[in-house]
Amino acid sequence: MKRFLPWIILAVAAASIALNWLPLKNGKDDFDLTNFRKIPVLVGGRVKPLDTVARNSLLIIHGKQELRLEGGRRLSAMQWLTEVLFNAPVADQYPVFIVQNAEVLGLFGWEQSDRKYFSFAEFTPFLKQIDEQAAQSDKLEAVQRSAYQSAILNLRNGLALYQRLKNSIQPEGAQDFAAELQGFESSIPGAAKAAREREMGENFDRAKLNDVAELVQRYERLSEMAYMLAVPPRELREPWRSVGDSLLHSIGTGEIHPVLTEYAMIGDGYRAGDRLLFNQHVDLMANWFAKEKPNATKRTSFEFLFNRLQPFSQSMALYVLAFLLACASWLGGSPALRRSAFYLLLLALAIHTFGLVSRMYLQERPPVTNLYSSAIFIGWGAVIVSLILERIFRDGIGAACAGAIGFVTLIIAHHLAGSGDTLEMLQAVLDTNIWLATHVVAITTGYSAMFLAGMLAIIYVVRGVFTRSLKKQTADSLARMTYGVVCFATLFSFVGTVLGGIWADQSWGRFWGWDPKENGAVLIVLWCAIILHARWGGFIRQRGLMIMAIFGNVVTSFSWFGVNMLGVGLHSYGFMQKAFPWLVGFMVSQFALMAIAAMPLEKWRSFRAASVPSRGEQPQISSALPAGQTPAQ
Amino acid sequence: MLRKIVDLVTSLKLTIVCLAAGMALIFAGTLAQVHLGVHEAQQRYFQSMFVWWPPEGRGFKIPIFPGGHLIGAVLLINLIAAHAKRFRWTWRKLGIHLTHAGLIIMLAGGLFTDLFAVESYTQLARGDTKNYSEDQRRVELAVIDTTDSDLDQVTAIPEAVLRHDRRIDHWSLPFRISVRNYYQNSRLKMLREAGEGVRPIANQGPGTMIAVEPAPRATGVDERDVPSAAVEILPKDGGSLGTWLVSDALGAPQRFSCGGRTWMITLRPARYYKPYSVTLQKFMHEKYAGTEIPKNFSSRVTLTDPERSVNRDVLIYMNHPLRYRGETFYQAGFQKDDSATILQVVHNPTFIAPYVACVIVAAGLLMQFGFHLVGFSRQRRNAMA
Repeated sequence: MKRFLPWIILAVAAASIALNWLPLKNGKDDFDLTNFRKIPVLVGGRVKPLDTVARNSLLIIHGKQELRLEGGRRLSAMQWLTEVLFNAPVADQYPVFIVQNAEVLGLFGWEQSDRKYFSFAEFTPFLKQIDEQAAQSDKLEAVQRSAYQSAILNLRNGLALYQRLKNSIQPEGAQDFAAELQGFESSIPGAAKAAREREMGENFDRAKLNDVAELVQRYERLSEMAYMLAVPPRELREPWRSVGDSLLHSIGTGEIHPVLTEYAMIGDGYRAGDRLLFNQHVDLMANWFAKEKPNATKRTSFEFLFNRLQPFSQSMALYVLAFLLACASWLGGSPALRRSAFYLLLLALAIHTFGLVSRMYLQERPPVTNLYSSAIFIGWGAVIVSLILERIFRDGIGAACAGAIGFVTLIIAHHLAGSGDTLEMLQAVLDTNIWLATHVVAITTGYSAMFLAGMLAIIYVVRGVFTRSLKKQTADSLARMTYGVVCFATLFSFVGTVLGGIWADQSWGRFWGWDPKENGAVLIVLWCAIILHARWGGFIRQRGLMIMAIFGNVVTSFSWFGVNMLGVGLHSYGFMQKAFPWLVGFMVSQFALMAIAAMPLEKWRSFRAASVPSRGEQPQISSALPAGQTPAQ
Repeated sequence: MLRKIVDLVTSLKLTIVCLAAGMALIFAGTLAQVHLGVHEAQQRYFQSMFVWWPPEGRGFKIPIFPGGHLIGAVLLINLIAAHAKRFRWTWRKLGIHLTHAGLIIMLAGGLFTDLFAVESYTQLARGDTKNYSEDQRRVELAVIDTTDSDLDQVTAIPEAVLRHDRRIDHWSLPFRISVRNYYQNSRLKMLREAGEGVRPIANQGPGTMIAVEPAPRATGVDERDVPSAAVEILPKDGGSLGTWLVSDALGAPQRFSCGGRTWMITLRPARYYKPYSVTLQKFMHEKYAGTEIPKNFSSRVTLTDPERSVNRDVLIYMNHPLRYRGETFYQAGFQKDDSATILQVVHNPTFIAPYVACVIVAAGLLMQFGFHLVGFSRQRRNAMA
């Protein structure tokens, strides 16, 4: 049985993952949202499927990618968006806007209760007030805003986004949009003739001109409001246009873009509850895109798949499981559990890698482009190095590290994703794949290694102090691993930092500007240098190395997140105040671990158990030195 | 005694102390940037021998921590001394030697850059031609002889002189300049808005209608000091022409006549003249479709250098500066509504040092850790066998 246990666990995990990969099926009576989700639109400078727009918008407004209505009915993000696009009066009643700040609720005379989601209809009487309040806090820097000011600004932004969404495909509240478009198209020639006549000073048909003039105004408003650019270019040099813009453009060309006509039919079908009409025109539009925009369609279909599979959530679950198995393997001493953990980790890593590579394909960029992707990459790098350690040492330590770091970094990434599209376009200065691929990757690999060294040290301390499982051999291999990983971190942090300097020299004209993010990076390099020199000089031994490696976690987390919270300098792109308490909590926990590690060895359960060693018999680090290596500077 | 000093200077403990002190300094300096701004914190913490307390002039100040220059210099000495003392040629040590040699180049290069690099800016509207760049923080008092319509004769008096010398006497000028008031940062107001009892500090030119208030030094990243001064023109043959207000906040230079010649006087950002000129042809600011996210900034300029018979068009854009005659032009910013481009101009004779150092250190680290790894795996293989 024990021989097969790892394989059974792996098979069960793989099967449960595979279930998610089965294609979605629409019921016979459903609207065909599966195809509709994949339709490409341009938002935030990037062509993406409607599915992504739906998920990100709902995430910004609602804080989740799913909407739960009273009576337990659930709406997927796409179902919600379809309602918003085509049937605004119904969507206005959905409780989507999240407000938890009591002062914001007080502004409307509402008491704080269990309810934290509110509908657009409820806010309608207060829109002006919200706008004024938000305008005031908009003037402040993010750091200076109070909780109330941030909350009201968030609400305003959510409401604005919602209103723009409502006016993205058709004017809000349009009933028979297809007919309206037909009317518009047929009156264009007459109006154009009248306009020409007026210009020439001849008699002209005022009524014909007025018909169109009213619509033109309506579409001008629409084009100002639009959130998405839904109409793709037909010629090579043309831009993507919003619906309103495209309609105005069609005055010149005399014909309405086919995609627009389809959208109008889809909307009319949706409002009428006519599934057949809806599905038929979704198919027509999907075919049009597949024929005219094959590349965009391929990419958006893939992005939809990526959205649906949620690879990072899946690997997150596997990482936790693997971590628990690895820990259990130390207590029970069972190699079967350790092997199970290892196999699970390989599966998790494969899915993690799929996610990472998919993002690179979708964005056509190196892996790290923002704080979110740095978390994904740091986890990925640390897991790989941990698995290599596990392969060499086969003692469950690498596996535990892989599980813990993989899980934690993906959790962090999950919380960083709250601001919307994680595949956002890059500011001008970042628009260089060479530096993103070298500097950023090296730096984040350095972070990975620092966290891994810290994690190894934590395992050393926790197992040594609280359990009897830290045998001399285990302690020695932990020390060797930690030392090796610190060396690795030194190399990558140093090279990454200097490459950053060279990038800065290339783009801003100075190699080093004492920018907070630069300082954070150099702190890591200095700390690595201190650890290595202290060890080479014999100032620290095994335990000292562990304590210093744990402090490395503090330094690295400061460099990764802390400096961004200062809100100064050229790298303060990833500002998030909410994470501040978490960061402080993490640092405090690391200091606590260091204090625990500093306890006299008699108090360590592992060392007490094995005949109490005197101070002179501390586990020696020098055994980790390769033969012939002398302490040197 | 000497032995002790040598031991100390070459000791590994000193290295660690320096590195730790460096960490503490960088950490404190980074936090200080929140309140002081990047530039000021940099001056006080990193580009100084000591960090002083209290920082503002209160009659006394005591050093509370070594500054960046001190730590860097001690580290450099320690590094060089330790290697001079212990240097022995072996292949095994090559990695360590390379790493530290690279670090020496980097530290020395950094020190040189701090001492000799000059950063300035040039702002060009479309069609503008300039043969100078301007300092972002320092100003100069320019006295210009405009009598000859073809050639302006400029006498520039640096800020440091204005601050310390009350009376300026230069051979090229037929008058002396007496600096009445000098404010490193100031706010200008129209006199009638300043309230009762406020008197102007000038009795000539527009300064007679303006009140000057001293202001605390600017600290923010984007804030700048607005220096102002009252200067009295004293012809060398006796008498006084009056007192003018000069300020960075006043636009046009002010005119007066003295010694039969026409003069202009103005307090302006310090200028660095070049033997060549740049002309802005076009500034482009691209955004991603449907967003305000900048995609690229670029300036198309014409570079004209009669000395070297150069006349060519150059495109300066993000991550692609123009390097010419020891100076480098970067796309740094633009004026609102894209009316003008702002180029940063850097003269840094040691810019190559970090490039070289990076390669050397990386090679050294790779070698060193590679030796460890090989040794480790050999050991393990033997253990397994």
